[in-house]
Formats: sequence, structure tokens, C-alpha cells
Amino acid sequence: MSLSLQRRRWLWGYAFIAIPLFFFLFVRIGPTIYAFWMSLHQWDPIALDRPFIGLENFRSMADDETFWKSLRNTWIYVGVGVPAGLIISLLIALGLQRMIRFTGFYRVLYFLPYITSLVAVGWVWRWMYMPNGLFNDILGWVGLGPYKWLGSPDMAIYSIIATTVWHGLGFQVVIFLAGLESIPEDYLAAASVDGASGWQKFRDIVVPQLNPTLVFLIVTGVISNLQVFTQIRAMSSGGTGGPLDSTISIVLYVYQEAFQSLPSKMGYASAMTVVLFLMILAITIFQLKVLQRDTE
Amino acid sequence: MTTKTYFPDEPGVPLTGVRKDDATASRRTAMAGVRRDQRRRRAARIALTLILLLGGLAMIFPFVWMVVSSLKKAQDIYTLSLIPPEPTWGNYTEVLQRTSYIRWFLNSVIVAGITTLSVAFFDSLAGYTLAKFRFPGSTAVFLLILSTLMVPTEMLVIPWYMMSIEFSWTDSYWGIMFPGVISAFGVFLMRQFFMGLPNELIDAARLDGFSEFRIFWKIGLPLVKPAVAALCIFTFLGNWNAYIWPLIVTRSDTMRTLPVGIAFFSSEAQSSFHLIMAAASLATVPVIIIFLIFQRHIIKGIALAGLKG
Repeated sequence: MSLSLQRRRWLWGYAFIAIPLFFFLFVRIGPTIYAFWMSLHQWDPIALDRPFIGLENFRSMADDETFWKSLRNTWIYVGVGVPAGLIISLLIALGLQRMIRFTGFYRVLYFLPYITSLVAVGWVWRWMYMPNGLFNDILGWVGLGPYKWLGSPDMAIYSIIATTVWHGLGFQVVIFLAGLESIPEDYLAAASVDGASGWQKFRDIVVPQLNPTLVFLIVTGVISNLQVFTQIRAMSSGGTGGPLDSTISIVLYVYQEAFQSLPSKMGYASAMTVVLFLMILAITIFQLKVLQRDTE
Repeated sequence: MTTKTYFPDEPGVPLTGVRKDDATASRRTAMAGVRRDQRRRRAARIALTLILLLGGLAMIFPFVWMVVSSLKKAQDIYTLSLIPPEPTWGNYTEVLQRTSYIRWFLNSVIVAGITTLSVAFFDSLAGYTLAKFRFPGSTAVFLLILSTLMVPTEMLVIPWYMMSIEFSWTDSYWGIMFPGVISAFGVFLMRQFFMGLPNELIDAARLDGFSEFRIFWKIGLPLVKPAVAALCIFTFLGNWNAYIWPLIVTRSDTMRTLPVGIAFFSSEAQSSFHLIMAAASLATVPVIIIFLIFQRHIIKGIALAGLKG
């Protein structure tokens, strides 16, 4: 006779999940394994011979100055960009929370950059950073500069970080506001009755209560800054790594080695993405650990 | 509840003592202080409003400068004025003539639109299944999809590129879209929301003779509409602004998406910033207009997707 009710439900489950499952196996899991495989080869897509070279790609990273530079820069993007973005957006969120009127209007102002294309706004900032551009003109009024901004090996990376922070600020502000709203009013009211100062309330109530929000924003911020690419390409002339490779990131270097160098070094590029993967994995594990401790 | 629970990080620190002193002090000067306090608070609020307003204007100023520069003639581009001396649409017509802007725009609409529809459907279906069905292997499927979240896109673009060459997907809409037509992030978002759906509702529909798919389509999906909307906004925006993969997989000018096309044009135009700013305006202003119309829903949707995902 017909299938049991349970069996029939199983079949529905399989039918529903079949296409997504096939997709994830074919487009995510498979290519992940393939990337590891490629990282063990000398891989030029045009060449017929793609010899297996074991861990040679990883070994040659150690002697590759540009790789070290890209690794160091990537951590500058993370180490400067993430804290700067978090501090500024938290201050803005704390301010916006106190506003009574026109809150929607302020939110729109701060959020606007986040929805725009990084390619386009990267070029807008590049225009403002030009030696004879807006920033130097304005600083000139108060007798500062002119600075070279993107043209200077020391300043270029921080100029790009400023753009990145500006672009992502609105998202962080909105997430912080949601986190602030979820703090029970009683806590703050009780502290006020006890005579706590604003700073005490912030340190002893707001920050601990915001902990999950902070962890979320730190982790998403670190992961997205580890993958920085678009704005560097838009803001460095010729899409290179800036003056003396001072702005090159791992992802940009991966792109150059895989898709721009001749012959293409896709095996080496894959090996670098494995390094990137391991860093992101470490951060994900860290996040799980912290969140676990949080709920205990 | 004791005061201690308010300060989980510092149990037993004699904060209460400090606070008592503060309280006594403020009581002593209370009468004289109230008015001064009110005045100070008012001044503080005005200062705060000013700071936030100036900060907000600074946030949108790059867009103002972009549009202003795009309306200036080439010889006026380095003047500092906020009003173009001789405003002109000439830069826009030149960009439209020199580039395949309309085509890039359409490509982006097609790619982001189809991807969003596909994600909305398949992610809802998969999320619903993982939330409401138990079958042999369902946990394994869940963990498998979860594990893909840890792999950065950049690690996959090289294998995807090899795949695209193998199957001749380069330089096609499918080639641009295929990595994104289902997203693990969306599956989890939808699963979270479907978990809140009462099982009684589903069982009742089963008793009424609804097929499983109809239950999902007619009962489950309408109840999580806000989540679907949030996912759609998030997905559309992400694909509209996507850069690295469309850059790699497209070859011909007519297959480029808007960000890729704008990037190529801008680096070819080198220092003609009046033209580059016109191109940047053409890329951002339509999005800004849509954002201003639906800002409430868009901000709420992105916050929702960000927080629950």
C-alpha cells in the first residue's frame, strides 16, 4: 500500500532540500576543497601541465615580501578600521538615542553611504584626496598641507581606512541603536536612583549589556576588513597596491597573482586564500567561544 | 533582585558606597541645583543636536560634492565653489555616449533581480525545511550548510573561475549569478523565523488536506513576510554593489555590471574628474533615490537581517 505518513513527510523534506543541498555541494563545498587542492599545485589555467608541488606554495610565501606586506596591511585595515568604526558609531548611536525629534532624518543621513557602491564612492573620495582636491583646499585655509594622501606611502592606507569607516558607519550605528534599545529601562533608572553618574552607567550597565552587539560588530567588522579589496582598487592608481605597495591587501594580491600576472599563479593565489580562510576560521571559533561564555 | 546583578562584571566592588556619597551631595545642593541643571541640560541638548547635525551633513557631503563636481565644466572642476559657475549636463551626456551605461544598469537590474528572487524562494524553502522537518540526515544537512558560512568568497572565486571556463559560463548572466542564487546566510535567517511558526498551524493544515508545498507557500511564507522582505533588501543590495566576482567573470563591455563598468570607465578616464563624478552620480543617485523613498523599510530590513543572521 502507500507509504507511512512519516515516510511521506521524509520524502517531502528531501524534495524541499534537494536543490539547495545540491547547490551548496556543487558551488560551495566542492570549490572549497578544490581551492585546497589547487594550493598544492603550480597552476596556470592555460598550461596543460599543472604539477603537484606539495606545500611549496606555502613555503614560498615566507620569502615573498609583497605577501608579508599584504598581510601586514590587511591587519592594519582590521586593527585601525574596526576600532575606529566601532568607537565613532557607538558615540553617534549614544547621541542619536538621546534625540527626540527627527530621529528618522538623522538615521537616513548616517546610513546613506552604506547603501552606495564602494566603487563609485571610492572614486569620489579619490577625487577629494587629489593633491589639488577638496581636502587640501580646505586645509590650506588654515595653513595646513598640502598633503599627498593617497600618493604618500605613509598616508595612503589610512586615507583608504577613513573611506571604509565612513562607508560602514551607518550599519554599525543602526545595530548599536537596536542594541541600546534592548537595554531594560529599569536598569538605568535604578542606577540613576542610586546616583550613578552618566559615565558609571555607561561603563557598568550599557557596555556589559551591549556585549552581544559588540561581539557581533567586532566579528563582522574584522571579517569584512580582512577581505578588503574594492576600495583599494578604486582608490589606487591603475588598481595597483598604491605607492610602494603600501595599500595592497591579501585579497588584492590574490587577485593580482591569479588574474593579472603572466603566467597566472593560481596555485600560489589559492594558497594565500587558504591563509585567509584560516584567519577567518580562527575568528569564527573565537566568536563561538565568547558567545558561549556569554550565555553560560 | 539585588543591585549586584546590575553589575555582573564587578560583583562586590564597593560602588554602592561611592554612589551614596554622590546622592547625599546632590540632595544638599538640590534646590539651587535644579534650575542650573535644567539650563545645563538644555544647553547640552542643543550642543548635541548641533554636533549630530554637522556629523550627518559631513556624512552626506561627499555625495553633494560628487553631484556638484559632475555639473561643472572641465575648466571649472578645480574651483572650490559649491555652486557650479556654469552648470552643465554635458558631462552626463558625454558619459552616456562614451559608455554602455544603460546596458550596465540593465545588467545589474537583471542580475540582482533574478538573484534576489531565487534567494527569496530557495532560502525560504530550505529554511522552512530545516526548521520544520525531521528526516534522516537533516542535522547533517544543517551542519553542512552552516560550515559554508566560514569560507570567504575570495577563496572560492578561483575555483568558480575554473568552473566557469570548464562549462563556458564566463561572460554570461548565469556566470555572474550562479555563486549567489542561494545563500547560506539567508537559509539561517529564514530558519530562525520559521522556528517561531507554531506546529499546530501546520498540523491543522495537514488535516485539512493541504499538500506540504501548499502549507509552505500559503501558510508558512505569508507569516514570515517581514523576514522575506529583509532578506530581499539585503540580497539585492549586496548583488547590486558586488564587484570582485562580476569583475573576474565578465569579459566584454556589454556584460559588465554597473560597478564593474564604472570602475573600468573611471580608470580609463584617468584625471577627467568631471566625467568620473558624472559616472559616479549615475551609479549612486538612482540607489539613493530608492533608498530615500523606502528608507524606513530598508534600514529596518538590514538591521533585522544583520541581527538575526
